[in-house]
Amino acid sequence: MLNSMIALLNTTLRMATPLILAALGGVFTERSGVINIALEGIMLISAFMAMAGSYLTGNPWLGVLTAIIFGILVSLIHAILSISLKADQIVSGTAINIFATGLTAFLLRVMFESAGQSPSVTDVGTWTIPIINDIPIIGDVLGEQIPFVYIALILVAISYWVLFKTPFGLRIRAVGEHPAAADSVGINVIKTRYIAVLISGFFAGLAGASISIGLLDVFVENMTSGRGFIALAAMIFGRWTPQGALLAALLFGFADALQMLAQSIGLDFIPRQFLLMLPYVLTILALTGVIGSSEPPAASGEPYEKE
Amino acid sequence: MSNQNSLAVDMQGITKRFPGVLANDNVDFQLKRGEIHALLGENGAGKSTLMKCLYGLYQADEGDIFIYGDKVKINTPNVAINKGIGMVHQHFMLVQPFTVAENIVLGSEPTKNNMIDMKKAIQDVEKLSEQYGLNVDPRAKIHEISVGMQQRVEILKTLYRGADILILDEPTAVLTPQEVHELIEIMESLTNEGKSIIFITHKLKEVKSIADRVTVIRRGKSIDVVDTADATTNELANMMVGREVILEVEKSAAEPGEVILEVENVHADNDRNLPALNGTSFQVKRGEIFGIAGVDGNGQSELAEVMTGLRKLKSGKIMINGKNITNYSTRDIIESGVSHIPEDRQKRGLVLDFSLFENMILGSHYKPPYASGVNMNYSSIKKESKRLIKEFDIRTPNEEVLAKSLSGGNQQKVILAREFNRNPELLIAAQPTRGVDVGAIEFIHKRLVEQRDAGKAVLLISLELDEILSLSDRIAVIYEGKIVDILDIKDATEEKLGLMMAGAESETVVEGGE
Repeated sequence: MLNSMIALLNTTLRMATPLILAALGGVFTERSGVINIALEGIMLISAFMAMAGSYLTGNPWLGVLTAIIFGILVSLIHAILSISLKADQIVSGTAINIFATGLTAFLLRVMFESAGQSPSVTDVGTWTIPIINDIPIIGDVLGEQIPFVYIALILVAISYWVLFKTPFGLRIRAVGEHPAAADSVGINVIKTRYIAVLISGFFAGLAGASISIGLLDVFVENMTSGRGFIALAAMIFGRWTPQGALLAALLFGFADALQMLAQSIGLDFIPRQFLLMLPYVLTILALTGVIGSSEPPAASGEPYEKE
Repeated sequence: MSNQNSLAVDMQGITKRFPGVLANDNVDFQLKRGEIHALLGENGAGKSTLMKCLYGLYQADEGDIFIYGDKVKINTPNVAINKGIGMVHQHFMLVQPFTVAENIVLGSEPTKNNMIDMKKAIQDVEKLSEQYGLNVDPRAKIHEISVGMQQRVEILKTLYRGADILILDEPTAVLTPQEVHELIEIMESLTNEGKSIIFITHKLKEVKSIADRVTVIRRGKSIDVVDTADATTNELANMMVGREVILEVEKSAAEPGEVILEVENVHADNDRNLPALNGTSFQVKRGEIFGIAGVDGNGQSELAEVMTGLRKLKSGKIMINGKNITNYSTRDIIESGVSHIPEDRQKRGLVLDFSLFENMILGSHYKPPYASGVNMNYSSIKKESKRLIKEFDIRTPNEEVLAKSLSGGNQQKVILAREFNRNPELLIAAQPTRGVDVGAIEFIHKRLVEQRDAGKAVLLISLELDEILSLSDRIAVIYEGKIVDILDIKDATEEKLGLMMAGAESETVVEGGE
């Protein structure tokens, strides 16, 4: 029983990691007033690029770097469309998501002449944290994990610090709540939003890499399967804060772990389909405000028009 | 600031053109050091444009600006801020979920180890607040404090950035009379400390009571500069409008008949699902204008909406002519004899991208003679529109132009024409003269009194206390969604209403006054 509990928590943390990373990206962009539903597509492209980078160089960390670079590049497209050209942010995000599905499927065929799945590549392996690993139970959950788990947890703390303790964070939040007010005290609204969207691209890039060469060692067509949207739900559920997003992502990760380990922890009397549904049902509940309603940043989704 | 020039601001020959409009035409404006200078003009006269040129939001096409005698080029607000110019905007530039201190330091945050030094920010704000007697709590969130306090935060924002020339854009529009008095005191303490203040307004009384001098702007031109002590409000009004204006509304005593509207213990929520109306009750009779006074946001908007079917009641009852219309649809309420001049003409009053003739019949569009069966009868619609344009003196080339191309006053006349043309039993007029020029105000007021004299019940909801006092026969004061008290016009004074608008009962007002 204890062993299956430990396995459950260990898996929760692992499955939550891409969600934590993408949700942090969501927090930055939405706090600045730009809705970025392209997180899903950016993750997918980055997942592919991480695999490709690792495949071509043999070094998974160069794969991670490739993923981050492409994450930022694709988010730049979203930034140009929605900030400078003032396109509808949902439409821009949807277009990028559709583009991502097609692009990755196409590149997969071009590179490997095979549909559906890439060959196995070198993944980033696991890290063992010396002292923590020796503590009973906690060591079993946290002591040895894929590197992305630790990176994500550290980035939660850094994101909190940036958003709520630094002038830059105050400005991001001001731009997302009342851009005209920020403008009137000399803050460059456009630049601030660009930076925030590019930061979200960085996070979505990491999130994508954490799936293809962290959790797995292959790229599978459409492998993000809605995780970008679940991350957005985690962000909303977490009231647009890094720490809240972390807790919400862990909850979704737990739902995921539950269905993966249903058999070994004796939950197999529940039909597997119901457990598979769980993260998505939680997402819908979070989005409709059933689990705690919350107010989005006031200027979220509105392009800024100077007088 | 080494230059001891006696002029803080000297704008010479400012011309600003927008496509098809000459907003400022060779305007001169001079602000003396340490004075309060009113910039008086109607909506659209060009006073805000002039100030936006000074604050760097616009660049003048021609003309020069001197600050303390130095010629300057101000192309962004940052330059203006560096020159010691601060602006308090009419619509506050405050981030609601932030604290007072966060709002004040935003953009110029004090830091320690790359982090915001919130302790220092709070101390700085407290020090400034004390120096000018502003009395704000730096730790309070903006949405927790009153509008008057929010305005002080805006003033502090400019002071924190070292402003000594302050531009206040229509600062009294959102304040109760008492808050206006406090603002005047603050402005005096600012000028005592050597600040110079420009005060944009279209309210004549305030010019007289606040400003040392006044520059009058009309149709983009500066008409005159006078010491306020040397001009009467009537003279100022004539300068502002360019002709004789009748400031007082002429009306005889009301002859109220039977009750038309009964509002009984109405409860309703606002858009954020918080209680907005908390047991509102009153009656309006045939042949009277019933005014509802109050500070913005005390349930006025929601009250107009529940009476016109645009918002659901949680409990309570609304009767028209003895018929219960509670939670009726808007169409059924219109059919019951209610007309509505909505507070926001661009949002609820008109479809801006529709032509005038289409706007003229909205709400009656399904009935003959405008429709027969499923067909619209455009020839009779246009004929009726032409008649209304003439009757209501709507300045437009024809009935085909889009509603958005008209000025605010003429847009309002279109709504008036449509709503009066329904021949209602009850007319609900919410802020009927908001943002329209003096000429249109005169016209609208006269028409409202005509409706009363024709035996209609008129419910007037207005934030302008002067309007309430000059039109109403009885006045109810609304505070936090409840009617504080109902006064007869002969018992109502600005002072008394002002205290009630801040929530005081009329008895305590009387006791306190004696």
